[in-house]
Amino acid sequence: MGYQVNGTTVAADEEGYITDISQWSRELAAEIAKEEKIEMSDDHWEVVNFLRDYYEEYQIAPAIRVLTKAVKNSMGPEKGNSQYLYELFPYGPAKQACKIAGLPKPTGCI
Amino acid sequence: MQDDDINTEGVVKKFMFVNRRAPYGTVYALEGLEMVLIAAAFEQDVSVVFMDDGVYQLKKGQDTKAVNMKNFSPTFRALDGYDVEKLYVEKESLEARGLSPADLVVPVEVLSADELGTLMAEQDVVMTA
Amino acid sequence: MPMLHTVNKSPFQTTTLESCLRLAKKGSAVLLIEDAVYGALDGTAVSARVAKRMKELKFYVLGPDIAARGLGEAKLIDGVTVVDYGNFVDLVAEHDATQAWM
Repeated sequence: MGYQVNGTTVAADEEGYITDISQWSRELAAEIAKEEKIEMSDDHWEVVNFLRDYYEEYQIAPAIRVLTKAVKNSMGPEKGNSQYLYELFPYGPAKQACKIAGLPKPTGCI
Repeated sequence: MQDDDINTEGVVKKFMFVNRRAPYGTVYALEGLEMVLIAAAFEQDVSVVFMDDGVYQLKKGQDTKAVNMKNFSPTFRALDGYDVEKLYVEKESLEARGLSPADLVVPVEVLSADELGTLMAEQDVVMTA
Repeated sequence: MPMLHTVNKSPFQTTTLESCLRLAKKGSAVLLIEDAVYGALDGTAVSARVAKRMKELKFYVLGPDIAARGLGEAKLIDGVTVVDYGNFVDLVAEHDATQAWM
């Protein structure tokens, strides 16, 4: 499968994770979010951008527990908790937000 | 594992992952790291050992652009966030390669073969890659 | 031209480099690639293997594999020449035969 962005197709695996992270763009992220039935707000973008920075630094997509803790350290406890993150990404913050951020599926998710 | 918190309250075992291979020449090092991350995601008591050519996995300054492979050495710096804090390097292996802890991307505890052997004997599960 | 030997296994892990160095005839070239690049480093427990035959053999090491392993700044054994992929092809073309020690 893939996503159509600006007339080009970006390849993705059967679960919808794009296969080449360098092809990511904000337009693509919006397209993936639409597939995930998520209306992107500033709060959503904040988490997506955070994940992209995390990947840039560590070269992995974090597991949910690690993401929650890292968000807490960076943005404070009112955002660094699973309730807040699940409200933004109801089908799993790690999985959905990583997908929108163009990252691979988090390690530790089977 | 689902994103929700199932499977996180269970038996915690002492897992030791022993890395003995250099990065990039074979896929063992990358797969070994993957195992560590999975065990950590399941909140197990994880120790990671680097010995023999495995110490080369931690060498600073890796640049894989020209070989067109993913440089996974930055991921070792993420282990702290996964609560994997027990990183051990065998002294003999480090010295045989002319390396010191200052050459490595993360802080480690340097142990002699004898001390590592004692630690290994205390584990519930030991896996080598 | 004599033979080109390529070695791709770490000298700490296997005896491949030792076997190559035992059989390589005077005047041959040895190119260290992939995990064998560790054999080109000075100041290790196995440095003497390559150093011992430096007078009789030409030693090369593949630069991209050195850089990948964080050894770009590391001290190599005196006399080892760093080559790129283009030089690798040239070396193969210049020699009568290539023995790839696996």
